[in-house]
Amino acid sequence: MAATKHTLVALVENKPGVLNRMASLFRRRGFNIESIAVGHSEVPHLSRMTIVVDGSTAMVEQVRKQLDKVIDVVRVSDITGDDTVDRELALIKVKATSSTRNEIIEIVDIFRASIVDVASGSLTIEVTGDEDKINSLFNLLRSFGIKEIARTGRIAMTRGASGSLSVEESLSKARNKRQKTA
Amino acid sequence: MKMTGAQIICEGLVREGVEVIFGILGGAVLPLYDTLPQYPQLRHILTRHEQGAAHAAEGYARATGKVGVCMATSGPGATNLVTGIADAYLDSVPLVAITGQVARPFIGKDAFQEIDITGITLPITKHNYVALDVGSLARIVKEAFYLAGSGRPGPVLIDLPRDVQIDQVEFHYPSRVNLPGYKPPLQGHSVQIKKAAKLIDEAERPLIIAGRGVIVSGAYNELKQLAETAQIAVITTLLGISCFPESHILSFGMLGMHGMAYANMAVDAADVIIAIGMRFDDRATAKVSAFAPHARIIHIDIDPAEIGKNVRVDVPIVGDVKAVLSALNKQVISTEHIDWLHQLDDWRKEHPSTVIRGSEELLPQYVIRQIYESTRGQAIIVTGVGQNQMWAAQHYWYNKPNSLISSGGLGTMGFELPAAMGAKVGCPDEIVWCVAGDGGFQMTIQELATIVQEKVAVKIAIINNGYLGMVRQWQELFYGRRYVATPLSGPDFVKIAQAYGLPGLRVTRKEEVAPAIEEAMEYQGPFLIDFMVEPEENVYPMVLPGASLAEVLEEPKGEVAAWPRRSTP
Ligand SMILES: Cc1ncc(C[n+]2csc(CCOP(=O)(O)OP(=O)(O)O)c2C)c(N)n1
Ligand SMILES: [Mg+2]
Repeated sequence: MAATKHTLVALVENKPGVLNRMASLFRRRGFNIESIAVGHSEVPHLSRMTIVVDGSTAMVEQVRKQLDKVIDVVRVSDITGDDTVDRELALIKVKATSSTRNEIIEIVDIFRASIVDVASGSLTIEVTGDEDKINSLFNLLRSFGIKEIARTGRIAMTRGASGSLSVEESLSKARNKRQKTA
Repeated sequence: MKMTGAQIICEGLVREGVEVIFGILGGAVLPLYDTLPQYPQLRHILTRHEQGAAHAAEGYARATGKVGVCMATSGPGATNLVTGIADAYLDSVPLVAITGQVARPFIGKDAFQEIDITGITLPITKHNYVALDVGSLARIVKEAFYLAGSGRPGPVLIDLPRDVQIDQVEFHYPSRVNLPGYKPPLQGHSVQIKKAAKLIDEAERPLIIAGRGVIVSGAYNELKQLAETAQIAVITTLLGISCFPESHILSFGMLGMHGMAYANMAVDAADVIIAIGMRFDDRATAKVSAFAPHARIIHIDIDPAEIGKNVRVDVPIVGDVKAVLSALNKQVISTEHIDWLHQLDDWRKEHPSTVIRGSEELLPQYVIRQIYESTRGQAIIVTGVGQNQMWAAQHYWYNKPNSLISSGGLGTMGFELPAAMGAKVGCPDEIVWCVAGDGGFQMTIQELATIVQEKVAVKIAIINNGYLGMVRQWQELFYGRRYVATPLSGPDFVKIAQAYGLPGLRVTRKEEVAPAIEEAMEYQGPFLIDFMVEPEENVYPMVLPGASLAEVLEEPKGEVAAWPRRSTP
């Protein structure tokens, strides 16, 4: 089966070992995790994770179910193909001389990115957007010489009023969801 | 009242109904062990190896359905438990393992006997804990037992730093758990159950494949009702054996690599399969792409992750087997499948699979059959792994619920003796026979000392073929009979038994078998019989690796002594 990129979103208890258990389920099946982003959710003790992996739909679904079995995972969904807002943040440190600085600033403006640090030989740019946007900016800046790049990995949320992964709804839905068929 | 961490653990164990702990102590659990005498209701059985403690706790759990408990010190004590924990994980056995850990200030510093046991057991536990704070201990114990025993059961490990055992805190045992990420499903989805009932009603060649889930959920009656109402033949997986009486007119044996030929043929021909509490293991399905090619499959299991994992499923039902079957039984209409059942009966007559070759030699199958005869099928049989395990599955008739205990998923040699010990401790009024391989037995042989010291009256039948037999069989069939590293010579098991302090007998001839077994049963304590069986006997039927269930290989023809079938008791 063809491998495609999948975005999984998980709500997990903020406890030691959760990330380890989850990562282990991917490792065992030879998945490469492309990115993983973790942060607080709207409920203090729960964290929200966005995981991007490459794999066949059936394999990813099997891992998703295994992830759901991890005791500290409250809920995990595969939101690939859903109508979502996807964002990533990147910091790019690019070489800049007096002759290239203006050109770089112009590009940064077009991308609605911002310059967050200026040094004698470099500019540090902060950019937010989906991966395509960050990749395009990166490609344009490459000719100036990239010194360093840091990316957060994707975070994602479904569009619309009701959060399909809001904690409140998830907790009540968790039970029903488990009943749902394969 | 203030209590030490060690006391809190013991209080928790008592409240969870624990009656026995199998374990070995060491520096990191000394405070805990020192507290045990305050709790005389907790019997501690000192095994001779921590692997034995884990398998004994498993044997106890498998035989009683209760959570088994084992304990070990940090480092090597903990790592010695690992095989047993993995075994429990693969066979969904409820187990709580408690390991000592170095004191908190030493954690992460490679202190003496420090090992990251929660890291090591992460992929083989349902959940695990490091108790870093005495205040969390009561909750952890409560959760551990709840997790181990509920839903799809499994092992849970608690790692307990030495200083946490000594710390004190006000004791309060929670009455309930709060685990938002854990809500095992119980009732099946009503729409799915309706679909299943319809499919069953329409079926012409229906078949039930029942697994250990039936035993775990105690759904014996519900399964029987379904089978009888809709007149559906029942076959089982290895671990499903004894979930349905094998003398029942609708019982058609075990499927799989060493399953009965007629059972495998039935799977191949069925048009609807109701898979209940089983997980389509590759030893059961054989070549999975050719599994049940004509069947639509209903899969009932408590674990959603099992649905669609190995085979495509038409009607999945996630829920507790007992609850789902009772709901399903209300909807399934009474039917008959006379032609199909006749067909199955014919296959069974043509391919009997469980008859024993007429021979003057001492055949291992004959030994198993005699144990059945002498115990009148009332024993709990605990097997090793390999040929002895398959013969025990094939040639004993399991009519008594939950009467076969075997390491299925992990296939752990050395499981037999400690697991039999645990089963007998859990069920002291039952007759427990340990069917051992001469290879596997030597992996945990030191538990002979434990059964003697603790007066655990298990009866041991060593199926002594002088080989790592199952591997030798593969070498014979697939590696040109080159027996590399499979012959075993010695030891003298009878002398070993005597040295450990239990009586032993050697049996070399057929006519000695029954009297020896009778003698063992009459004896009040543990007893060992060394059966010197035909060394190169093979297990048949066999589905060769890579073949489908339909391509089952039967025993080369010989003189056969028919095994009379009995009707429904
Ligand atoms: C711990 C362990 N090591 C190796 C194996 C591989 N193995 C499977 S069956 C078998 C032979 C078992 O020999 P024995 O206990 O004498 O039983 P027999 O097959 O002869 O009845 C071996 C080595 C295993 N299952 N478990
Ligand atoms: Mg052997």
